[in-house]
Amino acid sequence: MEVLYFAWVRERIGLPRERVETEAATVADLVAELRAREERYEAAFADLSALRVALDQELAEFDAPLEGVREVAFFPPMTGG
Amino acid sequence: MRISVQTAPFDLGEEANAFAAGVAGAGAVVTFTGVVRDLPGGGLQAMEIEHYPGMTEKAIGDIAQQAAGRWSLADVLVIHRYGRLAPGAPIMMVATAAPHRKDAFEAAEYLMDYLKSRAPFWKKELTAEGADWVAAKDADEDALHRW
Repeated sequence: MEVLYFAWVRERIGLPRERVETEAATVADLVAELRAREERYEAAFADLSALRVALDQELAEFDAPLEGVREVAFFPPMTGG
Repeated sequence: MRISVQTAPFDLGEEANAFAAGVAGAGAVVTFTGVVRDLPGGGLQAMEIEHYPGMTEKAIGDIAQQAAGRWSLADVLVIHRYGRLAPGAPIMMVATAAPHRKDAFEAAEYLMDYLKSRAPFWKKELTAEGADWVAAKDADEDALHRW
């Protein structure tokens, strides 16, 4: 699946997007896999309460299943308007 | 309904006039414009706005549809810019048209409340000291509860 990062999540990880091969069942499982990769991922995902997630461009919860999802995005709370 | 996510500046007067002309029989038109605010004491060099292409347009469209389902609206306009903006530059505008002002005002406030915390934009303030992401406020999230 495609994993996208925005704002300071993108800056901490150092990438706007990447292709991730995963068997993760939920968003939380995917986060655990990413955190285990490298320090920069650990730094980005250290505090999940400071993060939001969208699945196929719809806001979702961290316990949401990933089955059938093509695009996951992680970002801080939005500051539009 | 028109939704535009763009880097280009917009002319508030022209947009408001064109919007009002398109809903000549409506009775009430409300517009709101958000402008890049300087820091207390000055010093803001620019604001950089990032967004999530695709989701942004979809999220704003959903918010506008919700508003249209809730109030009696003749039309809705949302323009939101991204990229690098100077202090004082317009960031975004909403316009609502309705038969009566209460619907137009309330729908405009609803759109603003939801655009603030449910449309995927992120603001960064650039100063001589560096760059800081603008943190979302609890008050912005709380504002959604009144709807």
